[in-house]
Amino acid sequence: MVAELVRGQNHPLSQVRLEIRVSAGRPVVAAATLGDESGRIHGVEWVAHPGAPTLPGLEVSRQAAADHRLAVDLDAMPAAVHRVDVLLALPPGTGGPVSFGSLSAPFVAVTGLDGSEVASYTITGLDAESAVVALELYRRQGAWKVRAVGQGYAGGLAELLTDQGLPQAHQVAAAVDEAVAHGVARSVPAPPSRTADGDRSRQAAASALGADQSGSPYGAQQGGAQPHQGGHSAGGPYGAVQNPQGVPADPDATQPPPTASPGGPIDYSHPRRRNGAPPPPPPAAPPAQPGRPAPPVAGDATGWSMEERLYNQVWGMFEDLARTTAAYRSAVDFADTRMERELDQVLSDPRSRIGGQGDAAREAAQTRRVQLVDQAREALERDLVQLGAEADVVEPALPVSFARWDNPVWHAYRVPMEMPMALRLGDLHLPESDPLRIPMLVRLPLERGLWIDSGRPGSFDGAFIDSHELRRLAMESAVAHVARLLAVHPADEFTVHVVDPAGSGAGELAPLVQSGVLAAPPAQGAAGVAAVLGRLTERVDLVQMAMRGGAADSLPPGFDISQQLLVVNDFPHGFDDRAVTQLRYLADEGPAVGVHLMLVADREDADGYGPLLDPLWRGLLRLTPVAEDHLADPWVGHAWTYEPALVPSGSQVLQQVLAQVANARTKY
Amino acid sequence: MTKGQAISLQKNDGGSLTAVRMGLGWQAAPRRGLFGSRTREIDLDASAVLFADKQPVDVVFFRHLVSDDGSVRHTGDNLVGGVGQGGDDEAILVDLARVPVHIDQIVFTVNSFTGQTFQEVQNAFCRLVDETNGQELARYTLAGGGAYTAQIMAKVHRVGGGWNMTALGTPANGRTFQDLMPAIVPAL
Repeated sequence: MVAELVRGQNHPLSQVRLEIRVSAGRPVVAAATLGDESGRIHGVEWVAHPGAPTLPGLEVSRQAAADHRLAVDLDAMPAAVHRVDVLLALPPGTGGPVSFGSLSAPFVAVTGLDGSEVASYTITGLDAESAVVALELYRRQGAWKVRAVGQGYAGGLAELLTDQGLPQAHQVAAAVDEAVAHGVARSVPAPPSRTADGDRSRQAAASALGADQSGSPYGAQQGGAQPHQGGHSAGGPYGAVQNPQGVPADPDATQPPPTASPGGPIDYSHPRRRNGAPPPPPPAAPPAQPGRPAPPVAGDATGWSMEERLYNQVWGMFEDLARTTAAYRSAVDFADTRMERELDQVLSDPRSRIGGQGDAAREAAQTRRVQLVDQAREALERDLVQLGAEADVVEPALPVSFARWDNPVWHAYRVPMEMPMALRLGDLHLPESDPLRIPMLVRLPLERGLWIDSGRPGSFDGAFIDSHELRRLAMESAVAHVARLLAVHPADEFTVHVVDPAGSGAGELAPLVQSGVLAAPPAQGAAGVAAVLGRLTERVDLVQMAMRGGAADSLPPGFDISQQLLVVNDFPHGFDDRAVTQLRYLADEGPAVGVHLMLVADREDADGYGPLLDPLWRGLLRLTPVAEDHLADPWVGHAWTYEPALVPSGSQVLQQVLAQVANARTKY
Repeated sequence: MTKGQAISLQKNDGGSLTAVRMGLGWQAAPRRGLFGSRTREIDLDASAVLFADKQPVDVVFFRHLVSDDGSVRHTGDNLVGGVGQGGDDEAILVDLARVPVHIDQIVFTVNSFTGQTFQEVQNAFCRLVDETNGQELARYTLAGGGAYTAQIMAKVHRVGGGWNMTALGTPANGRTFQDLMPAIVPAL
């Protein structure tokens, strides 16, 4: 029986395991809040949203989408929960509609696990609202019911959550915006530590602390009212970035409050992480020469370990370069526009036809442009020199997981005991910043699959490379990424499966095959594809079931708990419809249960599948085997040129490292 | 200081100021009504608009907390106000040394997002503070000021190699900074 609800109407639910389907026609964010008997939300941990998608008995999507399926298990809800509100919100800043009034009425349906519809509700009558409580599931005398709510909020998710009595409404709304922004497929995910702990951005950090506001830098940390964490970068090289003109030292103007001076008793503990022992202090920067910026130091950032500090420092450099380049580009744009306007004025002014007046005016306009561009260039150069000096000390200090393949640290490689926090996939740069390179670090375990694009580059201006060569390069860079992943994981904690249906990647795969680090020889042919996909799909199912049932111990004895990586060469060669479906399932569900995907493919080869595969491509992080400007930063959205991390030609470092990995494997 | 008065942000010893903060504070609306949960919250918003030669280039407000170049930063939207004891509930920090070379004016505004006029808001003020020593450069009491929902507060503009600040204090009406643009332009 299907009940079509109208606003305010309720309907009993006979099942406890349900799906809630949403279709809105345009991408929307789906979230859910839990409430107790009086409808109160107990805190942020009672809100499921793209930034924190899983709660007991409830899961929402990590991204904004036109269609959602929310899994709900009412039996798994804590006893204190008496109300589940399903919320929809329009993602801000995506250029999409800003109110529900401009799109067709969203439709929500409650269905059983078999897809049978229990109740549905079309949310009509929305206008300026950008967030809406769609449905409410609530407990009444031991039984669950659903009610159509349809309460909209023009102030968006923040207003909605505030109305529900959540004190941290605004933070949660901001976290949702952030998570959605990260979900935008093209962008490099922003570093979680920065988003979690608020604005750590370095340029403003020191100047953020007003004496009247906190008295000492610790006031801000303990109170938590100000997101800035003063004192961390105190006296560091960013003193110079804050005051890049090298304006002679007025200590008050260029330095943070005196209590934060280097070597002082700085409290590094996180205000909400009081229990842990404070980490050792970061390396102190040597004092600056008068009138000159302090020399940069590797690891001069916040973090609980040197690794985390270097990670945060690299992301800090990434942001600084993005922003200083934004300032430069904006200034040049303005200079160009102004010159054009002035030249137009000269042309339309009849006086300029007389004598040399017009020429002089033209010249003046051009001079004004050159002057402004020179000024902007000077500011950029100053920052680039500073960042370059920082890169020069940071690069050699990086651990293997962050280091380039030509870094000597690889020669001292030992199989690690712990998984690192991130992995270097390559280098990023902007045309203005050449030759400065920013390491592109992604968090481990991988949150998204990787797609090594073996197709024709979109904006390739180098020498002509034929498609055969491109495929070879793609596979070669894939092997370099795989080798790095294997090397940075402890022995037997990372298992690699390779599917090479036509055997076309055999040459490039040789280092992996010969060293014996693969779980099995590369699978070939349609049968090989089916066997590997079947095994991994079954694994995902099994782990998901164990996790949903809260019984991780119930996995079969001897179950291999390592992270799994499936490398597919030449997709969709050798894939039938069933295999494609399984691959999509792995891409969607795998990362959460430790099954990751690396696809080496030319998207044109899969054209036959039409738009069916679009979500797959969008869900993967696209990397290219040659330099290409296709990655956007999360702050300004510049197009960054990505270069893969490749082993220098002639170097045996890859073989040496893999030999150690294989050796460690047999030992255990 | 009074309306229209300009003060130089150059220090007496010749060094120029490097950072200013615009602070905005107000007292949260009292809870009232039969149901304690039904409040009429007051949401004031601070914004900063960056101009190059009278053309708006970038805006820092609750939806865009950091200017693209990183020089102007909003500490985050406060939707309900504070206890009204003089602390800033919202702040915008400007690192003057990092402001791009073509930006010559930065205008600070206050809006009442929830629509209450400043007459209805208690203990509301906005101020400009020299970040380096905490000294207040300008302060306006908004509360009881009149039936306005917005104020164009002050501008910081380039003069020679340094920056000057001019207090504007122009009342206006509008929900966000966009509504104020016509009122801002004459002040540039």
